[in-house]
Amino acid sequence: MSDLIPAWSLTADAVDSIALPASWPDRVTRDWAIGASTGAGVDVCILDSGVEASHPLVGGLASSVAVIFDGDETRVVPDDEGDVCGHGTACAGIVRALAPDCRVHSVRVLGSGATGTGDLILAGLRHAIDEGHRIVNLSLSTTKRKFAELLHELADDAYFRRTVLVASAHNMPVESYPWRFASVISVGSHEEADPLTWYANPDPPVEFFARGIDLDVAWLGGGTMRCTGNSFAAPHIAGLTALVLAKHPDLTPFQLKSVLYLTATNAGGAA
Amino acid sequence: MSDEERRAAAASGLLASEETHRALLQSIVDTARAIFHAKAASVFLLDDDADELVFEAVSGEGEGELIGMRFPSSTGLAGWVLVTRQPLVVDDLKADPRHARQAAESTGYVPNALVGVPLLVDDAAIGVLSVLDRPLDRPFSTAEMDLATLFANQAAIGLDLLRRGRRARALLEGGEEGAAAVVARIAALLDRADDEGDGLRLLEALERVLRRLD
Repeated sequence: MSDLIPAWSLTADAVDSIALPASWPDRVTRDWAIGASTGAGVDVCILDSGVEASHPLVGGLASSVAVIFDGDETRVVPDDEGDVCGHGTACAGIVRALAPDCRVHSVRVLGSGATGTGDLILAGLRHAIDEGHRIVNLSLSTTKRKFAELLHELADDAYFRRTVLVASAHNMPVESYPWRFASVISVGSHEEADPLTWYANPDPPVEFFARGIDLDVAWLGGGTMRCTGNSFAAPHIAGLTALVLAKHPDLTPFQLKSVLYLTATNAGGAA
Repeated sequence: MSDEERRAAAASGLLASEETHRALLQSIVDTARAIFHAKAASVFLLDDDADELVFEAVSGEGEGELIGMRFPSSTGLAGWVLVTRQPLVVDDLKADPRHARQAAESTGYVPNALVGVPLLVDDAAIGVLSVLDRPLDRPFSTAEMDLATLFANQAAIGLDLLRRGRRARALLEGGEEGAAAVVARIAALLDRADDEGDGLRLLEALERVLRRLD
């Protein structure tokens, strides 16, 4: 089939052309999902405050860009500033600890002032999807309704292009995005210390709980900082997703979410 | 609440003094500090025009000295909380020499632990509630995080009142000559009006003045 013609329908003689890999096990176990995986070859993007590439817990970056304002427009430029806050470095370190051989990319969208952050997040996310990164970690959200629709479109676009968006949820009284969208994987915190303990939530919109309380994370200057927040739970799921994708690169975001569900600790996944 | 009562409440809210709103915010940070057994608690307001965070209320360390002090809106931890809308707890800030230096230079107080929660009103992030140096004998729990976010909601309402009051006063002061005096007279008469009809007529007059200023 030509890539130029969208597959809105399926003709009888085209059925063979969309044969799917039929290598699913009888039971999806953690061993099948992530056993012996190091995340090798998987591109994980940290959309945040930048990443300190030289940090020993980050272990280098495959690429690093910043989204800036050029007049009223946004522009993606090489990032020579690193991390302006420490938060992106923390997220990158968590991903690296779980998936040591993945390729970490940094897209800095924070740090140039509070005004206009929504535009920078949108442009940064667009860039990450266009680059084809398989996983984008979003330990951030926006409450601006004017961005919700555009973010929703981007999240759906990512979903269909096999880019998994992993977003931290939050429990504030105001609606925020993109974590509430069904096309992303939303993550809250549990109180346990094991990075390989994660729970599927039967009562969404928060879909998974991962480690997010009282953990030592990479911070500016090569050091570590003891932190708490859903911001640190999301990169755990991003790292785990990298492990799955390294072993099963053809999985779609829908299938990845199912694998995370079937291997969650409360689904008997740790057994 | 009847329509008249709503209108009276709206009018009195509009005309409440800066001191009243400040007292409300001060009470909020005092309570936040007490609830979390912390050394300090603060509320920052985002100044959109300057893209800076401004200390609006402080309890404990820095109380009485920091009000009005400003810093860039998105480079520090409070700024990060603001722009990401994500609550954040950090327990050994002194491990970050850059943070320690910035804090020492700007406030003279170098905290070791921070709980930061964004203050959200409608779809805007208008500031940050920060609780500094709570006891570190045990980790911050998810229940405490829920409590902090509930409390931040209260702080957001207080901060929004302060912001709205300032805008209303700026509007009156920047309006045509004598408008502020007219409104003040209406408010004073409203206080003394015993007949419901009098109150209503005064409020209608107030509305007319405000419409002319729009």
